[in-house]
This record gives sequence, structure tokens and C-alpha cells, in this order.
Amino acid sequence: MSGTILKSGPVADAPIMTVDGLVKTFPLGRSLADVLGGRPVRAVQALSGVSLTVRKGETLGVVGESGCGKSTLARCLVRLHEPDAGAVRFEGADVLGLQGYARRAYNRSVQMVFQDPYGSLNPRLSVGDALAEALTVHRIVEGGAVRERVGELLDLVHLPRDAADRYPHEFSGGQRQRVGIARALAVEPSVIIADEPVSALDVSVQAQVVNLFLELQERLGLTLIFITHDLRLVRHISHRIAVMYLGKVVETGDTEAVFTAPRHPYTRALIAAVPQVDPHQRSAREAVRGELPSPIAPPPGCPFHPRCPIAEPQCRTVVPALVPRGGPWPVACHLAGPADAPEFIA
Amino acid sequence: MTALALTFRRAPASLIAGAAVLLVVLVCAVAPGLIAPYDPLAFDYGALLQPPSAAHPFGTDQFGRDILSRTIAAATIDLQIAIFATVGPLVIGTIIGLLVGYYGGIADAIFGRLVDLVVTFPFLVLVIAIVAVLGPGLSNMYIAIGVVGWVFYARLMRGEVQVLRGQDYVSAAKVLGYGEARILLRHILPNAARPILVYWMTDMALAILLGSSLGYLGLGAQPPAAEWGVLIADGKNFFSQAWWITVFPGFAIVFCGIGFSLFGDGLADLMDVRR
Amino acid sequence: MMAAPSSALLDVRDLHVRFATARGEVRAVDGVNLSVAPGETLGLVGESGSGKSVTLRAILRLLRANAAITGEVRWQGENLLALPEKRLRDIRGKDIAVIFQEPMSALNPVISIGRQIDESLVAHTALDAAGRRRRAIELLDLVGIASPEQRLAGFPHEFSGGMRQRAMIAIALAAEPKLLLADEPTTALDVTIQDQILKLLLRLNRELGMGLILVTHDLGVVAETCDRVSVMYAGRVVESGPVDRVFTAPRHAYTDALLRSMPHGGAARAPLRPIPGQPPRLDRAIAGCPFAPRCALVEDRCTVEAPPFAVVAPDQRAACWASDRLAAREGVA
Ligand SMILES: Nc1ncnc2c1ncn2[C@@H]1O[C@H](COP(=O)(O)OP(=O)(O)OP(=O)(O)O)[C@@H](O)[C@H]1O
Ligand SMILES: Nc1ncnc2c1ncn2[C@@H]1O[C@H](COP(=O)(O)OP(=O)(O)OP(=O)(O)O)[C@@H](O)[C@H]1O
Ligand code: SF4
Ligand SMILES: [Mg+2]
Ligand SMILES: [Mg+2]
Repeated sequence: MSGTILKSGPVADAPIMTVDGLVKTFPLGRSLADVLGGRPVRAVQALSGVSLTVRKGETLGVVGESGCGKSTLARCLVRLHEPDAGAVRFEGADVLGLQGYARRAYNRSVQMVFQDPYGSLNPRLSVGDALAEALTVHRIVEGGAVRERVGELLDLVHLPRDAADRYPHEFSGGQRQRVGIARALAVEPSVIIADEPVSALDVSVQAQVVNLFLELQERLGLTLIFITHDLRLVRHISHRIAVMYLGKVVETGDTEAVFTAPRHPYTRALIAAVPQVDPHQRSAREAVRGELPSPIAPPPGCPFHPRCPIAEPQCRTVVPALVPRGGPWPVACHLAGPADAPEFIA
Repeated sequence: MTALALTFRRAPASLIAGAAVLLVVLVCAVAPGLIAPYDPLAFDYGALLQPPSAAHPFGTDQFGRDILSRTIAAATIDLQIAIFATVGPLVIGTIIGLLVGYYGGIADAIFGRLVDLVVTFPFLVLVIAIVAVLGPGLSNMYIAIGVVGWVFYARLMRGEVQVLRGQDYVSAAKVLGYGEARILLRHILPNAARPILVYWMTDMALAILLGSSLGYLGLGAQPPAAEWGVLIADGKNFFSQAWWITVFPGFAIVFCGIGFSLFGDGLADLMDVRR
Repeated sequence: MMAAPSSALLDVRDLHVRFATARGEVRAVDGVNLSVAPGETLGLVGESGSGKSVTLRAILRLLRANAAITGEVRWQGENLLALPEKRLRDIRGKDIAVIFQEPMSALNPVISIGRQIDESLVAHTALDAAGRRRRAIELLDLVGIASPEQRLAGFPHEFSGGMRQRAMIAIALAAEPKLLLADEPTTALDVTIQDQILKLLLRLNRELGMGLILVTHDLGVVAETCDRVSVMYAGRVVESGPVDRVFTAPRHAYTDALLRSMPHGGAARAPLRPIPGQPPRLDRAIAGCPFAPRCALVEDRCTVEAPPFAVVAPDQRAACWASDRLAAREGVA
């Protein structure tokens, strides 16, 4: 692999996707005792008003605590879940109302790569059949050209062409993940949403898959929404990041800027918690403390206040909006100032 | 050596053994005339109630009919029972289970109650009750078994589909914009088929038992047609003098049942993609 | 191993695992030695397919029927590989608990999380129903699942990826095992919860003297939590030693390359440097060092003669012909 830097030039500012106030709740199962006791139906508040913009050709990294709603967001964007409220626009057009043919056409443009390389491929379809199916259903190529195109897709993800005749269980995790990427690419999407595409892979295979994404983005001009909990990785590959906490975006901005001067206390805690490879730096650091947030009973006011080291009385009652607050990028914290106090900087 | 080991690895021993047994039954069923030494319906008053001998390996009955020939001839009807009594429930149950499991909702709730209802009644009693209403005979027996039997297939299928519909590859198929029919038939059905097929094999063996029981009770196949259950019923009055009239058809039932269950086990192994 | 074996909680010696497959024999584990003392944490790292999971499963004989295991696994004076299945069943889950790699497939999709934890508590504790429920709630809370009471009735598909993984950990800890074999327990977790889980494991480790083998591909996690680390490649342990030695002064070319393939937070969006090539096929005999075809430091000798697993520094061993050169390079840098 050559050492060329694949960083694209300045990304066009045009938003390709906008998400506005997305809400999704899942009702909890009720036990008989709950029903008899007349207790109210409880629900998991997986997304409580998520707003985002994604620009054409960029990589948006989405990070946040386990269970904060990242996968739910991804599934809403590709229409696997129906959100309760809010809007998703793709190239200016509303997405959530799409049905039948229009919905399938949308999915041609917005594809998803799944987290689990073991579960996301049908065990009874050979790799060639799985790719050919995606090509023929959408009539991307027809007849004899299908086989050729399958070969090209395999080339694109650096798999040997004879992989077409093999079945998923004959591949390692990294190879399967590449098959999943090839399948998503088969329908020629303009946006790929990748939900933790590398967290099940070991470092060196991870590097192969990450490089593949960078290379594909460069060659095909893809827009990438990259969900991960690996901050080192997200810093490495994304232009901008969105930090989620308990079903909300709490900070979003240019990756490098946010990493060098995070403005939300949660972002700061997150960045401080990244394990260091140098064992001499074994930290006496303190991860985020305090009562755990529950999406079943989200706290009033700022969702982070029960764990926030700098919370003030208003944080307990007033929900902070995601607005610039005089700084260069929006942040949902009452105490975030226009310029960051030096002690804020990690 | 390795080649042999390889063949065995691909096709499990139980599959081969089961297939061999079923092949024997199938040949008997398709061409009884070729194998049976005598005409199964021919009376021979010179050889009544003969014990097993070189001339009549399974002995003869009270009319001098050759039991071996009758047992072979009975395979035709019994195999027919195995197939006709199960294919309907298999097809209907699979389709209903697939739809109910995938879409859930009200249909699923209704189906759940129906299952509760059916499983609380003993299967045999239900079938007998239905045959009693419709009247004895093979076709009414198929109808009776079919009316109840599909529920078991559907229940099994529904359970499988409920697990599979949450799999990522099914989500992936949706995101790829595939139609529902394609998702159901190509991505869910083949992955849910294994337990159903295995259950079908067992069910065929059970159908023969059931058919024989009904034959024995006079509600299934009607004499003088040779059917294992009917044969056993025929011999019951002579059991103390001529055990062979009852015992050999009984063996045939067991033999055939073992064939189905070996074949089913082998099939399960063969269809395990991870092998 | 050199350490006095009597002090070890678990001592794995010369472990071999061979799978009979249609393509021939696969040597997934080829002469592995490991030992864990009470209260010690051993990290096991290595590329995908290097045999980490198979090693863990072999310790408790949890492999498929086509596996042949040889060698010795010493546990409290007994060889687990020679124990009758029944005795082993008593040890599994109770004394030695395992967290499997794929939480999606290791949890039963049709049973609620609460019942799955309860099953483990029924099998391994003497608690009554109310006590088990209390304990289950406590365990979910320990692994950082909020509103644990309401979550007990939830099914695996209603949990997020990371919550499923934590549920698995809760099930494993239910029995208060003496040794925990954890196969990639934190892959699906974000850093703050990963940190919380690792601290929990370390606390059990320190306070109750629970031994821990931690399989992971996150070298950062190893650096943060483990006392010792063993690096696996192609079914063998190629380097082992105290974490601070191995990570700062690797003496095996593979360890060195692995450390270099990680993102370092430096040049943004520059390609990472994966180790070129593929690991060797395990169904063929390997001449010389298994890493030779991909190694940047390869020399003639590497392809013909297998390097010995030699002591390269106090308490550190490596099987690499280039270990001297790695040491020298460090001196220069
Ligand atoms: N199908 C569902 N039914 C009920 N609850 C659900 C469902 N899917 C998700 N949830 C709940 O929604 C919340 C958010 O889950 P989600 O999977 O989006 O988290 P995540 O950010 O992807 O976390 P992780 O990093 O652990 O994967 C969780 O509390 C989860 O329990
Ligand atoms: N049942 C089996 N039959 C044949 N080969 C097997 C079997 N189980 C595992 N293997 C092989 O053994 C090798 C080691 O696998 P193992 O799962 O231990 O890798 P690992 O180090 O845990 O990798 P990962 O990081 O991907 O989990 C692999 O090459 C795998 O293909
Ligand atoms: S709004 Fe208040 S509680 Fe929330 S992060 Fe800012 S300071 Fe902390
Ligand atoms: Mg997720
Ligand atoms: Mg593994």
C-alpha cells in the first residue's frame, strides 16, 4: 500500500442528507403484574430529537455510549425502523413517507453495512449469488454482464474473483465484512451508513477495511456515515463527527477541531477515556462517573447532568439546545462558552 | 481411504442407511409384483396358517395367503399414506407459519390461540372423531389428518421465522430494496427449512403408525386391501396359534419408521451449512 | 514455562488442536503454553484466525466433534483434558466461566435476558427465587445496564449490541468463577463502558483473586489491564512477557508489525499500515517461521528453520530470528 494521503480536498458544503428532530421510542413489554397493577406502559426513549446534516462526499463519524441510539438512528435512516416523529430528507426530498417502489429506489441510494460480519450474510447464498441478486433486482446490469460485474465488485473490495463460488462460512470476519461492503456497493449508492463495520475485526484486518472505505470514498465520491465507538478510528477517518448521548446529539463539528478542543463535558470525558497503547501511560484517569443514564427514565434538563462534573442548577431543569453558543460549532451544553477555557482542553 | 472418508463426511452414514431402507420400501411399493413370491390375494387352502418355512418365509394366514407377499404389497398403501397424509399439512403449514411468523400481528395472535386449542386435544382422538363424522376410508383419513396436522408444521415454522426475521441478513435484504416475496422465499424459507424437513420425515413414520392404527380400527384402508395395520388386525384373532400373521407386518412398520428417522437425522446433518 | 507451576491457577502446556475437515487436517493450535496465577490477568492477542478462541474453548473442551485436543491443561492439580465429561461439567461455568466471542449467537434469542441470568444462578448458587432476582438486578447494574429491573424482561433483540455483550458478562459472573476466560468481551462497547467493565473485571481480579484470560484485538485494552501478554500467530504463541516489556520493546517481528498497524491519532485520514499478505494456511505443514512470508525483517534462515521460543530478556520470550535486530533498532531510535 502506498503512503499517499487520501484526504480529500475541502468537501462541498451541500447537504445530501438532513435529519431533523428524529424521535423513536420502543414500548417495553409489560409483565402480568404490571397490567394488573395498572402501571403505565413504559418505553425506551431510543432517540429523543436527533438533528444532523450530512454533506456530500464527507465522512460523518457518529460516536457515543453503548445504547445511546446509534444503531437505532442508522436503522431509521435506511427505513428499517419507523420513527415516531421528525423528518429525514435526502437530496431535499422527504424520505419517511416513501412506500413501495419509491422506497426501494431510495434504498438504492442509501445503503447500510452491518456490524456483525457473521450475521449479515445469508449462509445459504454463495457470495456470487448474493452480489448477483442485488445487481439483478435493481436491473443494474443484466444477462451475461452480471458475472463480469460481480468480478469487478470483488476486485473493488480486494477479494479474489474465485470468492464468488464460496459460501460465507468459508471466509474470515474481515473477508465477510468486505463481502458486505461489496453487496452494498453493488446497487451503486451515493450514501453508505456503516454501523460499527470494524469493531468485530482485529486491528490489522480493521486497517484493511478502513483503508478500503477511504479508497472507495476517493474513487466513487461516496458519502459515508460511520458509526463507531472507537474514537481513535473516528478521528482517523472522519471529516466531521457527531457525539450522541442518550438519544440526542450533544456536539457536532469538524473532527480535528472537536478532538483538540471538545466543548461538551461528555465529549471531553469520552476523549479522556480512550485507552492508551503505551502501558506507561496507564491512566489514573477517571471515566465518566455517577448514576447511569437510563433511556427508560431520561433525566430532566440536560441528559448528562447527573454525571456532569460542572453541572449547575439550571442544567437540572432546562434542556440545552444544540446551538453554536458563540463558538464555531453547535454544542448542547449551557456552560459551553464561545471560546473554550484552557482547562477544558484535553 | 481419504476419498472414502470424504464421501462419508459429506453424506452422513445415517443418511445413507436411511436412504437404503427407504429404497427397499419404495421398490416394494412401486413394483410389489416383481418381488413378492405369491399373489397377495390368492387363497391356498392347502396351506392354511403355515408357520414360517422355506416356501413361506413369513408363514401364511387363515386363507393360506402368503404373509411375505402381503407385507410387501402393503407397502404400496402405507407409503401412499406416509406421503398423502403429510404433504398437505407440510405445504399448508409451512406457508401459514412463514406468513404468520414474518408479519405477526392479529393473524399471529389468532394462530397462537388455535395452537393452544389443538395441542390440548390428543391428536389421535381428534382424527378419529373427524373420520367418524366423514366416514371410514383412506381419503377421509387424509382429510382428517390434514385438518389437524398442518398446525404442527405451522407452529414449528413460525418459531423459526420469528428468530430469522431479526437476523441482519434479512434486514440487509430489506435495505437492498428486495421485495417481500423474495425475502420470504429466498432468504428466510431456505434457512428455516431444516427442522421442518426433519419433522416431516418423523411425521411420515408417525402417519404410517396412525394409518395402521386407523386401519386396525377399521377406519382407514378397507380389507381386503393389504395395509400393515389391516394385516395386524386380521391376525389378531389367531395370535395365539399364528403369531407370524401379526408380527411380520409389525416389523415392516418398525423397519420403515427407522428408515424415515435415519434419513431425517442424516438430512439434518447434511443441511447444516457450517459443516 | 519457567514460573513455578504450583503457584499457577491454570497451566496450559503444549496444547495442540487439530480439526479434521474436508480439506484435510487443520492445525488451529500448535503447541501453546500459557499460565495464569490467581489474581493475574493474561492478555491473549493476535490476528484473526490465529487460534485464540480455539485455545480458550480447548481449555474447557468446548470444541466441535471434529477437533482432536492433545497436551495438558492443569487446573487445581487435575488435567482437564483427561477428566470425565461429568466432572468437567461441574467445573465449567462454576469454577471457570467463559464469555464467548459472539454475544449475538451466544444468547438465546427467544428467552428473556432475566431468565438467562436466572438459569446461571440456579445452576451455580443456592439462592432462592427472590434472592436470584435481586442478584440478577445487581449483576445487570454492575455491568452498567441502566434501569436493570425493567430490563430483565427484555429479549436479546431489544438490547443494543453493547448491552447484549454486557448481558453475557453478567451471566458469566453470576457464578463467581475462580477463572474467567473472556473472548473479546468489550468489542461492542464504547470507551467509557469498556472502561467500567474492565475496572469491574480488575476489581474481581484483585479482590477475589479471580484469574482472567482476556482475548482481545485491542492492544490498548491489553496495555491498560493486563499484567502479562501472549501474542499468537498461526496457532502458536510467538511472544510472551510482561505487557510493558512486550509493547514497548517487542522482540518478535510480528508483534512489532501489529503495534505499527494501529491508528496512532497522528496524520488524519492517512491510510493505516496493515500487515501485508495473509496468514499462512493451517492445513499445510509450515517450514521455518510462519510469519516469514509477510515479515519485513525476514532473512534466509527464517524460511527454513523454525526459530526457538527463546528467552530474549528477563521474563520475556520470543520465537523470532530477528529479535536481536529489533533490540538493536530500538537502541538506535
Ligand atoms: N427492537 C427494539 N426493541 C426494544 N428496544 C430497542 C430495540 N432496539 C433498540 N432498543 C433500545 O434502544 C436503545 C438504543 O439502542 P441502539 O441499538 O440504538 O444503541 P447503540 O447506540 O447502537 O448501542 P451499541 O453501541 O451498544 O450498539 C437501547 O436502550 C435499546 O435497548
Ligand atoms: N470447527 C472447525 N473446523 C475447522 N477449522 C476450524 C474450526 N474452528 C476453527 N477453525 C479454524 O481454526 C483457526 C483458529 O480459529 P480461532 O477462532 O481460534 O481464531 P481467533 O484467533 O479467535 O480469531 P478471531 O480474532 O477472528 O476470533 C481458524 O483458521 C479457523 O478457521
Ligand atoms: S448542560 Fe450542564 S449538565 Fe449538561 S453538560 Fe453542560 S454543564 Fe453539564
Ligand atoms: Mg449498535
Ligand atoms: Mg476468536
